[in-house]
Amino acid sequence: MITTATMQTEVAPPPLRDADVEIKLDARHVNFWYGDFQALHDASLAVQARKITALIGPSGCGKTTFLRIFNRMHDLTPGTRATGEVLLDSHNVLSPDTDVINLRRQVGMLFQRANPFPKSIYDNVAYGPHILGWSKAQIDQVVEESLKDTGLWEEVKDRLRRSALNLSGGQQQRLCLARALAVRPEVILMDEPASALDPIATLRIEELMQELKKRYTIVIVTHNMQQASRVSDFTAFMLMNQKRAGEVIEFSPTDDIFNRPKDSRTEDYITGRFG
Amino acid sequence: MALYLTGDRVGMSFPLIRTLVDRLVGGLIVLCVSVAAIPVLVLLLFVLINGLPGMLTPGFFTDAPHPQGVPGGGVLNAIIGTLEIVGIGSLLAVPVGALIGIFLSEYGRNQVGNTVRFISDVFTGLPSIAFGIFGYTVVVLTTHHFSAVSASVALAVLMLPVILRATETALVLVPNSLREAGLALGAPRWRVTLEIVVPAALGGIVTGALLAMARAAGETAPLLFTAFGNDIIQTNPLQPMGALSLTIFRNALVPYPNLQQQAWAAALLLVILVAATNILARIYVRRIQR
Repeated sequence: MITTATMQTEVAPPPLRDADVEIKLDARHVNFWYGDFQALHDASLAVQARKITALIGPSGCGKTTFLRIFNRMHDLTPGTRATGEVLLDSHNVLSPDTDVINLRRQVGMLFQRANPFPKSIYDNVAYGPHILGWSKAQIDQVVEESLKDTGLWEEVKDRLRRSALNLSGGQQQRLCLARALAVRPEVILMDEPASALDPIATLRIEELMQELKKRYTIVIVTHNMQQASRVSDFTAFMLMNQKRAGEVIEFSPTDDIFNRPKDSRTEDYITGRFG
Repeated sequence: MALYLTGDRVGMSFPLIRTLVDRLVGGLIVLCVSVAAIPVLVLLLFVLINGLPGMLTPGFFTDAPHPQGVPGGGVLNAIIGTLEIVGIGSLLAVPVGALIGIFLSEYGRNQVGNTVRFISDVFTGLPSIAFGIFGYTVVVLTTHHFSAVSASVALAVLMLPVILRATETALVLVPNSLREAGLALGAPRWRVTLEIVVPAALGGIVTGALLAMARAAGETAPLLFTAFGNDIIQTNPLQPMGALSLTIFRNALVPYPNLQQQAWAAALLLVILVAATNILARIYVRRIQR
């Protein structure tokens, strides 16, 4: 027991622990298993409110797994198990009494591939508010606001009733973002949101992120190191250990990670020596 | 050891054996398709040639069968019967089958689901007369009466496995990313299933239901001792009722040429009905997918 107590010393870097910094999402010593296979080992991450935090690392290092734990999407995969804590405004997301429905409303998600519902543009954005039982007038308003927030309004305002599947890939991804924003979340998780997009659509998404971080907390998983260095305020570098479980190797302000990495493995990765 | 015919063009060798093999296999495919398609086409042509005169007989669509020896007469009783029996059967089978299919796809990745799947597969393989026995024991024996409803029950049980497997297959094909998108918005599982997944798979579900109906419309054995047959025009589902398949079965066995001709015509009508249902299903799916 004493040994475990000493193991629980903080691993997150000191600057994030300042009293005046608001930590929105605080993952502490998270372990995660798919069946017998441990995919995450003692991963910790303190996500600051209204900042962009990037998770980088080679394929299979557990970035996406880590991200999906934050709004319990891993519940959907049978045979998974998580230990440790993920505190959202000091409530442990991983505890069994968490209202998952409410959690996912607070912590929205944008996926790697745009996944609009095969419905109209309007119905896509309205689905979340519709679930919450908002009035028609409220829904109309929130649809317009969300589409404006994602820069889609001018492009689609004349064809809101047309199928969302006719939009281009970049537009579809922004529509999915609008759909996530419509339920007024506090945190948005992005799982490689631009990996299937062309450079111009990618740029649009990155610009939007800068706008959105004024109001939302964003965690983004990306394979693209340039993207991480362009958009994020903080970066966590993850890597598999010998048993192939993902670990957080280094977590610092993005500028430090890319210019003054403390760990030699981080330096090797960002300079392209492996991964 | 390929043989090459090297032409004058440098680097443009002609692989002779590969070309030959390609021709040979291509020809084989054409042959196989013909062997499979020709009997079907011949059958359709045969039914068309033999059935058309009977169908063009005045009164075929509008009259009940006349007593034996009296010329003329039609199959209106059987047309009404087939539509009514299959209609009631579908009303019973489609909702239940679709619900079971939804359960299997969305909540059935477990022992319960596997058991249901196994039972359903066994049902698919049962001879159709067994469903007639089911309708007979469950409805006819308890009501002491042959009736259209007993036939509907028998056909509903026969349709059930087709509908539920078609529904499950259609739902499984809906990409998981749609479910995740719905759930990530904070929608409860059941709402995502009913409002996102089922609409996305509606084309497949409707097709499955229509195909099951088409199959049920052609069944004869389950009707023999349930609907029993009736030469009088009957619309009350609690009474014995005629059906096109029964007309074919009965009239084909009698020595009167005019009744045999009627059997051919009834067969043609049934083929048209089933084909129309199938085509309708396809058109519907194509429109939905747009």
